[in-house]
Amino acid sequence: MSAASYDKLIFELSSPGRVAYSLPESDVPTSDARSLLPEAYLRAEAPRLPEVSEFDVVRHYSRLSQLNYGVDTHFYPLGSCTMKYNPKINEDMARVAGFARLHPLAPEALSQGALRLMHELAAMLAEIAGMDAVSLQPAAGAQGELAGVLMIRAYHAARGEKRTKVLVPDSAHGTNPASTALAGYEVVEVKSQPNGEVDLDELARHLDTDVAAFMITVPNTLGMFEPRIVEITELCHAKGVQVYMDGANLNAILGITRPGDLGFDVCHFNLHKTFTTPHGGGGPGAGPVGVKAHLEPFLPVPVVTKDGDRYALDWKRPQSIGKLQAFWGNFGMHVRAYTYIRTMGADGLRSVADNAILNANYIMKRLEKAYDVAVPGPCMHECVVSARRQKKLGVTATDIAKRLLDLGFYAPSTYFPLIVEEALMIEPTETEAKETLDAFCDAMIQIARETETSPQVVQDAPVTTPVRRLDQTRAAREPDLRWSPAAK
Amino acid sequence: MASRYIANTPAEQDQMLRVIGAASVEELLVKIPPKARLSRPLALPPALAETDLIRHLKTLADANADADRYACFLGAGSYDHYVPSPINHLVLRGEFFTAYTPYQPEASQGTLRTIYEYQTMIAELTGMDVANASIYDGASSVAEAVLMAHAATERTEVVVSHGVNPLYRRVTATYCEGPRMRLRDAGAPGGTTDLAAATRLCGPKTAALVVQSPNFYGCLEDIASAAEIAHAAGAVLIVVADPVNLGVLEAPGKLGADLVVGEGQGLGVPMSFGGPNLGVFAAKRELVRRMPGRLVGATVDRDGRRGFVLTLQTREQHIRRAKATSNICTNVALCALMATIYLATLGRHGLVKVGELSAAKAHYAARRLTALSGVSLRFQAPFFKEFTLKLPKPPDRVVARLAKERILAGVPLKAFDRALADCLLVAVTEKRTKEEIDAFAQALERAVV
Repeated sequence: MSAASYDKLIFELSSPGRVAYSLPESDVPTSDARSLLPEAYLRAEAPRLPEVSEFDVVRHYSRLSQLNYGVDTHFYPLGSCTMKYNPKINEDMARVAGFARLHPLAPEALSQGALRLMHELAAMLAEIAGMDAVSLQPAAGAQGELAGVLMIRAYHAARGEKRTKVLVPDSAHGTNPASTALAGYEVVEVKSQPNGEVDLDELARHLDTDVAAFMITVPNTLGMFEPRIVEITELCHAKGVQVYMDGANLNAILGITRPGDLGFDVCHFNLHKTFTTPHGGGGPGAGPVGVKAHLEPFLPVPVVTKDGDRYALDWKRPQSIGKLQAFWGNFGMHVRAYTYIRTMGADGLRSVADNAILNANYIMKRLEKAYDVAVPGPCMHECVVSARRQKKLGVTATDIAKRLLDLGFYAPSTYFPLIVEEALMIEPTETEAKETLDAFCDAMIQIARETETSPQVVQDAPVTTPVRRLDQTRAAREPDLRWSPAAK
Repeated sequence: MASRYIANTPAEQDQMLRVIGAASVEELLVKIPPKARLSRPLALPPALAETDLIRHLKTLADANADADRYACFLGAGSYDHYVPSPINHLVLRGEFFTAYTPYQPEASQGTLRTIYEYQTMIAELTGMDVANASIYDGASSVAEAVLMAHAATERTEVVVSHGVNPLYRRVTATYCEGPRMRLRDAGAPGGTTDLAAATRLCGPKTAALVVQSPNFYGCLEDIASAAEIAHAAGAVLIVVADPVNLGVLEAPGKLGADLVVGEGQGLGVPMSFGGPNLGVFAAKRELVRRMPGRLVGATVDRDGRRGFVLTLQTREQHIRRAKATSNICTNVALCALMATIYLATLGRHGLVKVGELSAAKAHYAARRLTALSGVSLRFQAPFFKEFTLKLPKPPDRVVARLAKERILAGVPLKAFDRALADCLLVAVTEKRTKEEIDAFAQALERAVV
């Protein structure tokens, strides 16, 4: 049986009487816990969980893992996601007992190593972004955005200003408008120029005393650096508008330019993109947020402080926006990002940006004949091509993505940014070698050729994956969100 | 010097530049205005070779009182439960931990299947119809539940029991800032929610009543009565529960909860100084289209084979943008995988045993500790694996003293509630031994006399 044909759920392996756990017998006098608790609180029926052996567990999840493509096994050119290699040493360090087995409420005097690591990581991120202060607390980019926008809101409120709108370009990541709306703002979409750049006239028309902030991704979601970014931040500031940088694409500018120097007041970092913490099939990540000095009083509590050789959690911050997570942030991710930055140093991080840019431009060049490039290069760390030519022949961006799966590659991001028809957004990252990029480009060119000669092959793809295209409509119409014995 | 994380050699870089038609990478940066360029190298500490880096990080780690070297009686939302060995081995498989969110389902069936299993297990434990693929942590799952109740009921107030973890209440307040929801505090002076106060506070404006059981003080709440109060006001009952306890404790869904949320860290996720954690989020079927976060559903492929996909995505930010049910994108999928493997490993009987052992040891510890002169239980309500002690000496000093004997005695409550300045919150999991508990009692005796 091939790995791909495995079709079990753990519940279907259950055999009453099997155990996979090892727990000690009770060593305290009263071992009948049920006699210690009032009957009304007790579970009437043991939960219906599987009964399997340890080896059943290991083989089942090993086989399930083989149904996945990961960065370790496949090139993952997913635009905007920075699917770079996740160093193994990061994982080792995050698992050292002094980090992994440390309780968040251990006495401060006995958590000094962890607090020091957080303090140093925040300082390094502040330097990388040209910001004055960084909070490591947000759990992910979207939570960093929420924190940033709430700080902007608190800042305006402290100045007695009531501003109700936040401007977001139409090319923005979906989290930008979602986080902004969650922070209580009206979201106003600003139309970009066809090349993805901000239309300054359009922006100027929207900038008024009701606007609290302008939120923008640099490089933008077409992989292009915004050439008039300094003018943009100056224009905003002249109207009392704060400028937020979505740091999703920070990988492109490490050591080349800094959000703070470009005039940004706030930016967040995705440690799971630029700073190599693994994506984990969807998370966890970490979304630290950096600010300029005027926003520092509003940072989430607590703030890690240093006084002499002592590190502490400072809760006495009356203007803080409050808390975002129960504890101090996704510390396990902080350890990984710290390990990475200390591995690379300044020169290493600069070469990350250089090679990410080089790799993306190489792909863009190699694909420019077979596909329509969305915006002429040079690009930064990613490039966007359109399958509009292929679509005329009946092959969509989705079809191309699926065909890539057959050819041994994960797919680029598709249909994003929304302003490009049939978009395929390709981000190779710096960790891929030239021969991998060549193999990927060869596959893309092959698909373009197949579109002309045998489109059915592309439309039918994938055929080599564990399952073929799935019926999304059925899944949404009759949601089957949990297993039950009769379901198989 | 070459970096081990970058493959391209200078020769290869030159070949690529020739194809691009550029003389150097610098030429590719033309769109960046010169005045925006950083004119110096980043001021970062020097790069370290792997062996030096390990030495440095171990020095930092050694400055922390971890639960390998200390007997850990700390809780308050993070617990030292047993983590079966296979979890770490399996989550380290690159196919799991280096994969992205399963947006290409044909190449992500492994992740999708584990999430479907996770949803099934959490729904079963909580007594709910559906569970999502995770929220960041217990605190943000409470906040998201409150926002969901706000959207479902179109009401603007939420009544939160004082027994809900104060850190969760604080996060909920942050999330309620945008929609300008009013949080009203139902007191818990006796250790459990004052139900009469909750009844008074719940009215036509109330979107939800939030209670936690066992609550922050360790006490078990009367969920069924809370459900009656919430439902009589037309509000949603949100119950904050720790799923690791639900092998023994009744599923909140069976007692009237409409939403069950909480911290799932106890299900095989390392404490890791408080994160990443696992936000559990489960709901009744009728609320599914308002849920935040990702959901995995079963379907079939073109050949009729069973397969799994992300579904009901029109709720989410990448489709609905400003009108999404939540802004969440990245979640804590790998922690949910740890929990899935944990629950598969512990299984039907193991989870019950974890709960029984924790409760038995906690009650033994409470008996031993309260036998000391001046030490008593602060509240009389039944507790499960965590309890609030009243001490005759300042708790932070007691904690510092016991730490010298490698015992992390508990969480002083002064920082959370001034009225409890003389109290210590003590948690006992199945991992604590009688020997450790006895040593704790002896050390505490020396510290309080």
